[in-house]
Amino acid sequence: MHKLLTEHSGLKMLLLGNEAIARGAVEAGVAVGTTYPGTPSSEISTNFFQMSRESDLYFEYSTNEKVALEVAAATANSGLRSMCVMKHVGMNVAADVFMTLAYIGVKGGLVIVTADDPYMFSSQNEQDNRYYSKFSGLPMVEPSSVQEAKDMVAYAFDISEKLQQPVIFRTTTRINHSTADVVLGEIKAPQTSGDISKDPFNQVPVPAVARNLHARLLKKLETAEKMSENSKYNFIMGNGVWGIICNGVSYNYVSDAAKDLNIEHRVKIFRMGFSYPMPRATIKQFLKECEKVLVVEEGEPFMEETVKMLAQEEKLTLPILGKSEKYFSRLYEFDPALVRQSMATCFDVAYTPAKVPDLSDIPEIPDRPPNLCAGCSHRATFYAVKKASEGMDTICPTDIGCYTLGFLPPLAMGDFLICMGASAGVSCGFSIKTNKKVISFIGDSTFFHSGIPGLINAVYNNHNFTMVILDNGTTAMTGHQPNPGVDMKELDIDGYGRVSIEEIVRAVGVSHVTVIRPYRVKKSIHAVKEALNFKGVSVVISKEMCTLYAKGLKKARGKPFFVSDKCKGHKNCINELACPAFYIENQRVNIDPVMCSGCSVCAQICPEHAILPIRDT
Amino acid sequence: MNTTRLIIVAVGGQGNLLASRVLGEAALLSDIPVRMSEIHGMAQRGGVVESSIVFGDARSTVISDGEADVLIGFEPSETLRALNKCNLNTVVITNLAKLPSFTVTTGKSVYPDLDVLQELIRNKTAKLIAFDAASLAIKAGNVLSVNMVLLGALIQTHTVPLSAENVKEAIIKRTREAFVESNLKAFDLGFSAAQGLG
Ligand code: SF4
Ligand code: SF4
Repeated sequence: MHKLLTEHSGLKMLLLGNEAIARGAVEAGVAVGTTYPGTPSSEISTNFFQMSRESDLYFEYSTNEKVALEVAAATANSGLRSMCVMKHVGMNVAADVFMTLAYIGVKGGLVIVTADDPYMFSSQNEQDNRYYSKFSGLPMVEPSSVQEAKDMVAYAFDISEKLQQPVIFRTTTRINHSTADVVLGEIKAPQTSGDISKDPFNQVPVPAVARNLHARLLKKLETAEKMSENSKYNFIMGNGVWGIICNGVSYNYVSDAAKDLNIEHRVKIFRMGFSYPMPRATIKQFLKECEKVLVVEEGEPFMEETVKMLAQEEKLTLPILGKSEKYFSRLYEFDPALVRQSMATCFDVAYTPAKVPDLSDIPEIPDRPPNLCAGCSHRATFYAVKKASEGMDTICPTDIGCYTLGFLPPLAMGDFLICMGASAGVSCGFSIKTNKKVISFIGDSTFFHSGIPGLINAVYNNHNFTMVILDNGTTAMTGHQPNPGVDMKELDIDGYGRVSIEEIVRAVGVSHVTVIRPYRVKKSIHAVKEALNFKGVSVVISKEMCTLYAKGLKKARGKPFFVSDKCKGHKNCINELACPAFYIENQRVNIDPVMCSGCSVCAQICPEHAILPIRDT
Repeated sequence: MNTTRLIIVAVGGQGNLLASRVLGEAALLSDIPVRMSEIHGMAQRGGVVESSIVFGDARSTVISDGEADVLIGFEPSETLRALNKCNLNTVVITNLAKLPSFTVTTGKSVYPDLDVLQELIRNKTAKLIAFDAASLAIKAGNVLSVNMVLLGALIQTHTVPLSAENVKEAIIKRTREAFVESNLKAFDLGFSAAQGLG
């Protein structure tokens, strides 16, 4: 049995934040889970996926976040408790659904998890999704600990059902990827069937209906604020006159710092867990009892702006501090020492920071940049495209996945990146007036996610570029989740359809379509060359399974290769491919047989034919 | 109860996260409050994995620069890189078996000299325990048990509030059955190796 399906309520279990959220959903009787995977949210879905195979939970990997939310919006409007999980930028994709779903509301609870990523450990921006709550008028909760990450899920479902509105469950990486002991609660069995109760004048927002629905939304927001005023997750600690308002992980740093600085008796800490709508009356009262207030929140001055506005309404002149050079930046994430220092400065408390050792005499430490795996099919494809486009003046838009790493030298394939699927649209744009050959890269999962509309645009508007689809049969970057192109039977899972990328590409009207096997170097270069010379939209589908994934599935790999005595030391293999299996020892190129996946690409490009498969002895 | 802050740095694939989990589980068994945090963005693609583990009464799961009580490095140059987390009272335990990054193996950058590296760490911290954990892992019968060797060394130093018994129980509970025996052996080898070092 899946460990998160354990019945023992009261049991203490060590859980990752994301496991705790998944468990919280199970305890809340979640019936439906949907997602598009994205770090730092992915493990929530991985656990849902596993649990759905041995319980009544329905779970799906949807093609993108917008679809995921549409599915969940419908199941929630069929009365089923539903959870939709995504990383912060996924909310941008889902925003169209989200903003109007706020008008329509839900019948069964709907909790939307957005996992923000301050410092951008694995993201292209660090947008603060708390603004989505204000933007849409939907309530938001934010846990500060792993235990709360579990407990607040059921709470969010309750709020959602009371208000008949979706609720935003906002986390940050340091919640998702923290681990702590969690006391389990009871599991509630999910509802196994649902239905829509038809009510078009509340569910079909044509203008006349929408005008009423917007008014209703504001009414619900008033009710939500009352709930926020009384929420146990908005609590005040301490009786001092130095006020601190904080949320999420900042609360941990604040409460540790108050102890470390020995000012617990002088501060009053307001922890915001039901953080939109904010409990305005309680905050006003809090401000009246303080001499000075410090707002501690990562990201934007979301709470600070409201707190300052409330002080103005009450004609209070106490200093309210937060985002400024002296205290907190809008950039990156916080840490305990930073918060301790800012609290000490703000309240004028003696504090000697820990002494960081003098590191000026440390020699330069070689970087350890992430690299495509040994034998990664993307490396082979990039190499083929690089060779095929030699001498051409190119622009190479890229997209989001492992292959983004192809922008690093020596492959250096990747000139422009915005967000999921954007490579297709920007290629249209770059091809208009630059007079350069535009070659774009997109992975299979990203193509399904949002690359298709850009490709249709290209055909319709008659643009001129080559799209290379890196089809490695999985969503590798986020931990090898399936996507619509994957043959689920290979994973021994029944009940799925399968969508062919090639058929889509042909169906939208691309006239030059080639499928290559990137480990066949010469053939691939030749095929790519032809595609590049085609005027109009051409598509190259490069098909080869992700090496790491194949290893996990115990698929037979080729024999490892070694560098024989014929090697004359040109080092083309290292300088052009940079497969991490290579190393130099005593001036000689070698291959680490444990790392080598036997893709044979280096052997094909060695001018001396010096790289050979290791033979069985 | 006092807090103890431990940082583990490793290269993707060295089993750092499993080591943290074992420590977390051992803390749970001994009723010691524990919280951990991990950053493993591109770990599978050869990047650095860092986990922080905080024992005792604190809420934070993150450890600031200069505030680690103990640092374990699974790879010597990574131990050196994490020195900003240490202070004069920090105990450092490091594996001495190198895993040179690709820039080094292809001659594009130079790996720091191991003697110099140890000297630097020794001068800037309270104590350095350095040994070849990889060869002990091999001796234990499993190349991948470097993580368990280093856990053994950690427990020997008494720097974290966990007993060898509890950690071993956690190893039995948390690691794959086929590896339990070699993992326990690796733990013992690490434990003895740390005796008399530092
Ligand atoms: S996980 Fe797969 S796709 Fe990603 S770098 Fe490794 S082999 Fe390539
Ligand atoms: S065959 Fe060559 S390129 Fe392929 S994985 Fe082995 S060393 Fe790397």
